[in-house]
Amino acid sequence: MSVLVDKNSRVIVQGFTGGEGTFHAGQMIEYGTNVVGGVTPGKGGQNHLDRPVFNTVEEAVKEKGADVSIIFVPPAFAADAIMEAASAGIKVIVCITEGIPVRDMTVVKEFIADKDCTLIGPNCPGVMTAGEAKVGIMPGFIFQKGRIGIVSKSGTLTYEAVDQISKVGMGQSTAIGIGGDPIIGTTTKEAVQLLMADDETDGIIMIGEIGGNLEADAGKWIKEHGTKPVVAFIAGETAPKGRTMGHAGAIVGGEADTAAAKKAILRECGIHVVDSPAELGQKMQEVLSVSA
Amino acid sequence: MNLHEYQGKSILKSYGVAIQEGIVADTAAEAVEAAKKLNEQTGTEWFVVKAQIHAGGRGKGVVTETGSHGVVLAKGLDKVEGCAAGILGGHLVTAQTNEKGKKVNKVLIAQDVYYPGESEPDEFYMSVLLNRESGKNIIMYSTEGGMDIETVAEETPHLIFKEEIDPRAGIQGFQCRKIAFNLGLSGQAFKQMSKFVKSLYEAYVGCDASMFEINPVLKTSDNKIIAVDSKVSLDENALYRHPDYAEMRDKTEEDPMDVEAGEAGLNFVNLDGNIGCMVNGAGLAMATMDIIKFSGGEPANFLDVGGTADAERVEKAFNLILKDPAVEGILVNIFGGIVRCDRVANGIVQAYKSIGNVPVPIIVRLQGTNAVEAKKVIDESGLNVHSAITLQEAADKVKEIVS
Repeated sequence: MSVLVDKNSRVIVQGFTGGEGTFHAGQMIEYGTNVVGGVTPGKGGQNHLDRPVFNTVEEAVKEKGADVSIIFVPPAFAADAIMEAASAGIKVIVCITEGIPVRDMTVVKEFIADKDCTLIGPNCPGVMTAGEAKVGIMPGFIFQKGRIGIVSKSGTLTYEAVDQISKVGMGQSTAIGIGGDPIIGTTTKEAVQLLMADDETDGIIMIGEIGGNLEADAGKWIKEHGTKPVVAFIAGETAPKGRTMGHAGAIVGGEADTAAAKKAILRECGIHVVDSPAELGQKMQEVLSVSA
Repeated sequence: MNLHEYQGKSILKSYGVAIQEGIVADTAAEAVEAAKKLNEQTGTEWFVVKAQIHAGGRGKGVVTETGSHGVVLAKGLDKVEGCAAGILGGHLVTAQTNEKGKKVNKVLIAQDVYYPGESEPDEFYMSVLLNRESGKNIIMYSTEGGMDIETVAEETPHLIFKEEIDPRAGIQGFQCRKIAFNLGLSGQAFKQMSKFVKSLYEAYVGCDASMFEINPVLKTSDNKIIAVDSKVSLDENALYRHPDYAEMRDKTEEDPMDVEAGEAGLNFVNLDGNIGCMVNGAGLAMATMDIIKFSGGEPANFLDVGGTADAERVEKAFNLILKDPAVEGILVNIFGGIVRCDRVANGIVQAYKSIGNVPVPIIVRLQGTNAVEAKKVIDESGLNVHSAITLQEAADKVKEIVS
């Protein structure tokens, strides 16, 4: 068993024939992901990357039994694409698109609330189960199959963590990039819960940023229910107040929003917090050897 | 994107929100003309002269050159020119600016709304913003208007109320009434407040705002409800839907380096430290700034070059960082996933040669796809560039520069 996606996932790509969709779908197929087709409205019936193109997600579900979708459509149409996937019965929706207006996402969140689906993102690097399925834009070659789960808001910082885990010889189960926008489908806490329940995961790396309560919420849950060691890093110790640092969600507001405050809360919850992101891999190794 | 008071009010008014009327002016002479026109339109005989800068606390703030406050009441048409001259062109220092203050290029000549009448005027606080936890917008309001809301939150938190709005149904009549009741209003003022809240929320959604703060919302002595100030921030991702609002951007309010970076497609924030950095990805960029700090330096900037770190972008990024005379070294941290490190390395060497004399040492940490080839390119370039592969190595090299 693994989390969210595995070798049996039947994946479609929304925005399949566009530049981003084509490139990343190619990479996903090369990694061995079971990509069963794609959706580009108006191009139904064509073939692309040796896979069928459909006009609607509904058709892709009917014809190919798709249950996972990855979205590369432009920001103005991405909210619509998420809702289309949810309506068609897709179970795991991964939205890579960056720059979706917040107003659109408030509507999406309500729309999918009573649908049987999990949304990852938007504005995220996707989900990757090492050796089985790459549903995202993470570079496949840095992964190696192992038993460490990773939850992160950031793209390249996730790669950093993955790489360190590989370098110390441990490997990953599933890496979940939840995204850095103000409204996201799956929170840090929910992603941590999935990995805690996964019998192929022994330890969890949690990477956060300044802004919001996601990490603190996850920390409180871990304190009550955690059964595996968690190593955490919070980026943005040096970020000045009130400035946007790339991710729309990463604005330092009140005191409890700062990196220092978040780290203090996480430490109180029994989480192993590292101050330098260079120590993630080493720390996980240390923690696991102590608990073993 | 932040707007000036006068711009925010113009948006509010277009959605039917009652505002304190005013006319914006660039010079003292224009201010007098504005006051005359405003007198004809509204009958006001006193005028409020308000500095237009992107910072709060203007009323208590002081203009360095003249000693004038940033918001002044001109008690008569003949006083307007002097009041405006005391503010325009000066630097206004407030609790929210740095010690140099912000240059005032425009003043808003506004009607006096605190006139005497049948009842006492009363001030309230109201803001609209996203509650990130629930993913829904909330209206936050308080009977304690005209004050710093952080102070109210600290000293009298029970006087702050919140109303969450369903994104699909929009704001409902009962919610508007509840807000008006909680603010202690009755009669005409109650009706006016309900209407005010409804149109304010519709404006927030309609213009794709990321924040509205109206402080104070005023109940006038004749029971009208109006926005006396406006702090409006718009969602930049939604500006494509509002080309007219996109034109409201005032680049003079932003750091010129940030503006230049934005035009080059780089995500840049200028900071006060001594070590510049150039990184791909916002999260890794913040983490790199933290590493600089833990190595004894202070980050001079935040810079996310994005997914395509080609020679042209790298050169622009270097040039931006080097504009800051405080920079003693530059740390480049690229995790090549899709982007190949050797290509980035060649870009760095090319940019370095094209700039010519780079006066500070550069540490280049390239990790990921083709990292080994990239290190070779850097090491064999013969330039004042140090290569590193792990984050820890990069941190150690920063330490050497700082000491």
